[in-house]
Amino acid sequence: MTDTSHTSTPPANPVKPTDGAFARFLKATELDTRMIGMIGALALIWIGFHVYGAVVNGYGAFLTPRNLWNLSVQTSSIGIMACGMVLVIVTRHIDLSVGSVLGFCAIIMGVVQVYLLPSILGLGHPLIWIIAVLCGVGLGALVGAFHGFLIAYGGIPSFIVSLGGLLVWRGAGFLVARGETISPVDSTFALLGGGPYGAIGYTGSWILGLVGCLGVIAGLLYGRRQRIQFEFPLRPVWADAFLGLLGCGAIIGAVLLVNAYPWPRGIVRQYAEANGIEMPEGGLFISHGFAIPVLILVAVALIMTVVMNRTRFGRYVFAIGGNPEAAKLAGINTKMMTIKIFSIMGFLAGLSAVVASARLNSATNALGELDELYVIAAAVIGGTSLAGGVGTIFGAVLGALVMQSLQTGMVLIGFDAAIQRIVVGGVLVLAVWLDILYRGKSK
Amino acid sequence: MSNTGTPLVEMRDISISFGGIKAVDHVSVDLYPGEVVGLLGHNGAGKSTLIKCLSGAYSMDSGEIYVNGEKATINNPRDARHYNIETIYQTLALADNLDAASNLFLGRELVTPLGFVDDARMEAETRKIMHRLNPNFKKFADPVSALSGGQRQSVAIARAVYFNAKILIMDEPTAALGPQETKMVSELVQELKRQGLGIFLISHDIHDVMELCDRVSVMKNGQLVGTERVADVTDDEILGMIILGKRPERAA
Ligand SMILES: Nc1ncnc2c1ncn2[C@@H]1O[C@H](COP(=O)(O)OP(=O)(O)O)[C@@H](O)[C@H]1O
Ligand SMILES: [Mg+2]
Repeated sequence: MTDTSHTSTPPANPVKPTDGAFARFLKATELDTRMIGMIGALALIWIGFHVYGAVVNGYGAFLTPRNLWNLSVQTSSIGIMACGMVLVIVTRHIDLSVGSVLGFCAIIMGVVQVYLLPSILGLGHPLIWIIAVLCGVGLGALVGAFHGFLIAYGGIPSFIVSLGGLLVWRGAGFLVARGETISPVDSTFALLGGGPYGAIGYTGSWILGLVGCLGVIAGLLYGRRQRIQFEFPLRPVWADAFLGLLGCGAIIGAVLLVNAYPWPRGIVRQYAEANGIEMPEGGLFISHGFAIPVLILVAVALIMTVVMNRTRFGRYVFAIGGNPEAAKLAGINTKMMTIKIFSIMGFLAGLSAVVASARLNSATNALGELDELYVIAAAVIGGTSLAGGVGTIFGAVLGALVMQSLQTGMVLIGFDAAIQRIVVGGVLVLAVWLDILYRGKSK
Repeated sequence: MSNTGTPLVEMRDISISFGGIKAVDHVSVDLYPGEVVGLLGHNGAGKSTLIKCLSGAYSMDSGEIYVNGEKATINNPRDARHYNIETIYQTLALADNLDAASNLFLGRELVTPLGFVDDARMEAETRKIMHRLNPNFKKFADPVSALSGGQRQSVAIARAVYFNAKILIMDEPTAALGPQETKMVSELVQELKRQGLGIFLISHDIHDVMELCDRVSVMKNGQLVGTERVADVTDDEILGMIILGKRPERAA
């Protein structure tokens, strides 16, 4: 009666005769119902805004390549930070300072690339953007480590440390720039924020998309091989094939979408003149392709997913969240872990500062204001439990997309700022309530 | 058992207090290879606290620990693991959100050549040891919060046994177990004893202790009442030690 003595491997989740077709499907694919629910909610939001626009304003502006491309860029900054917030919340902490740290890092990067480096290296020097980025993420990581140190060794609750940080770093940014806006940023640096030139274009997007598809297929095959090697239950072949098609389909769909959004006419003309290209009759169709900040978000999400699921560090993050005492008794240095986790959070806030200030082409003192709330909301809507121990990176990115979709959609259909806030706040509370109901049921 | 030669573990004059309460007050106990020493006493007597000094969970205020006759420095659980001291805590110390394999290998994960955690191999190892300890155990994919008390306890026991302990500390290992599972633990203790491990067994079931242990140390209010060979005393005399804190007359 033991699982190890089987020579033929049974299916992963035994199907009961009472299961309906959908339940069988879920068991075979091992898909998370919660994730499916979130994607369904996202689809509902998108279609809802589009139809509302079409009916009330006579023009559905939401499900257009242009809007969805912009949505992807706008999601990047919050999404990058949400990946770090998952670690923080999973370990039963909170970080209210990320918006201010973002603002502070942006100001320092602005000073470095606008005031300091051009006078040393010369304006437009190719090293400027690299040094500026390193300063931003390095500073963010240091600030985060400092917060982590106060929490771990000072025993001060993270709520208080980061609430203090929220005020301190916003004030510090103001002092450094004396409240002035610093612009324009280095021209290479500006590409990191997106825009026509800050995207990888038609061919680049296809290459990346195909690499992504290969990655999905390789991952599934590797998973099958592992399960066979250790004689664990296998997923049915059709389920793996379905997952492969789903993954590749999503990636190719994204490529088609970003390639369907052309450069604006003015930029095309500029580009044609600069490169001595003859403008044909109907104008040139130059695709944006994936925006660089979106690729940064995807890279961060992939790396953080691997860190959370495949490294000891990630395992310890979950262990501390599940039972801090047990983690300590298992020999995990929980204090050092706290410092590392907050340092990663700070690093990602610095990276978000790069994206946000590059996109704005300037560093202002107000950059990142209220971001902490959107980041926490994104993580929580994405299924990160405030009680600790539970959360996924993918969910948090999806959460960021939900938050940003709501925001963008309401702007598109002409809701004013007051209503936007009411809706976003209401949705946050509703989402957490639904989550509690769901968890209560799935127990 | 002759108990000559060097003890496996010797805890000398251990004291630790928490804000005025002397949880452990100048207690000395020792343990020989192949021996089971029972720790008895009422709730709050200081048994768990004493063994937590050995497992590295607490740092004692004063006292010394010797392992194989050499002075040992144990400041944290990792140090204890270096001396092959494994512990089953009264609270089990499991991360409820992780599955059995992740808990079993927590802090000592198996990794691939690239340094990533090797979940498949850890689960395979977990299946092997659980097959030995608790053949009915099936829930390898679920978080341990979904397990019954007995199943959770068997995960905690498997963790202590898997890593080739030389010194095993069991703090109320049968508290959540039914009679059949309790019997399995008893058999396990006897098997490990034959293999030459030294075991500290904390229990409030005096019959368990009398059956499995070679010696018993009784604690009361943080102090050691005395240590007796099980063969030399009766149940009633042990009860007297626990309740009244008095050693049997003739044993001085
Ligand atoms: N971490 C701690 N903080 C404060 N008091 C503690 C702590 N651990 C144990 N104690 C106290 O030490 C005494 C002994 O407890 P314990 O060792 O758990 O007893 P036992 O295991 O014999 O039931 C109790 O009075 C308990 O309240
Ligand atoms: Mg106890």
